[in-house]
Amino acid sequence: MAQPSMADGHDEGQQHPVRLYLVVWVWLFILSACSYAVDYLQLQGYLRWSLILLFMILKAGLIIAVFMHMAWERLALVYAILLPGVMVLVFVALMALESDYTLATRLTYLGTDP
Amino acid sequence: MARAAMAPTQTALPRQARWRGMIADWSSDQRAFKGVSWGKAMMWVFLLSDTFVFGCFLLSYMTARMSTVEPWPNPSEVFALTIGGAEIPLILIAIMTFVLITSSGTMAMAVNFAYRRDRRRTAILMLVTALLGAGFVGMQAFEWTKLIEEGVRPWGNPWGAPQFGATFFMITGFHGTHVTIGVIFLLIIARKVWRGDFDRGAKGFFTSRSGRYEIVEITGLYWHFVDLVWVFIFAFFYLW
Repeated sequence: MAQPSMADGHDEGQQHPVRLYLVVWVWLFILSACSYAVDYLQLQGYLRWSLILLFMILKAGLIIAVFMHMAWERLALVYAILLPGVMVLVFVALMALESDYTLATRLTYLGTDP
Repeated sequence: MARAAMAPTQTALPRQARWRGMIADWSSDQRAFKGVSWGKAMMWVFLLSDTFVFGCFLLSYMTARMSTVEPWPNPSEVFALTIGGAEIPLILIAIMTFVLITSSGTMAMAVNFAYRRDRRRTAILMLVTALLGAGFVGMQAFEWTKLIEEGVRPWGNPWGAPQFGATFFMITGFHGTHVTIGVIFLLIIARKVWRGDFDRGAKGFFTSRSGRYEIVEITGLYWHFVDLVWVFIFAFFYLW
């Protein structure tokens, strides 16, 4: 059997400048500080929710794209992994409708019944 | 004889333009994920299934929180710590977030050094990552202890909606388990890197095959995923 050489898998390796990782790392710190600031400053309402989502999506995007190297993978893999994940949003919409309905029935019937 | 099975996939056809390339990859009647080893592809598939697991947990949390008629306990106050006489909101969770992000950074550097075949730096960075991960789990244990002492149970708590405890223990417990498994995974691979297994082509005890430095990147994928899940838990459970 052939001895697997060190060159095996060399071309599969993801080689990127260290600088890129450091820049992303710093950005993750900044974004985390921003999301903590949202709570620390006690922002409320739509401003709070939109900022939380914004910082969350930016952080998740940076981690997936750079740290997990998705930005350099072929589209066949990117879509196979990311699209089903995004489909969870359909489930979110369904359950949001459902829980609205549950809340409405609870408000209507709870407490009015002995 | 096992050469064909073990052959890496760097012999992939040249990449075509975006959509055309994706269709060509999927319809090539060979392997859809070209340029990606089976190990990496399978880790991605596993992570996708794990995404659904955490997705379901967060969804059930959303459903419970949206449909309850009782007020939801304010996480900003529940997770506040008194440091030096001042009550700082959510401070422990913020520290845990920074610890996990730092560990993600050291992991990314470890992957980078692994592909440069810098054994020493790779192993050290992986150990630092594992240490930060263990620190994260330790802080989580502290947080659990504090909440349990304050009377939080899966079936009730002193502040409001009883589902708070159930979702909290379920979501953070499952995430903490992932971090713990990641730490063990990191230690095993760091030991192999340190011994030079991937330079000598030493056979693994489990697969009886020689590993490659790519396993560091695969370990990294798992670790970054754990960090990624925390980003969502932090946003939806602690900040919302």
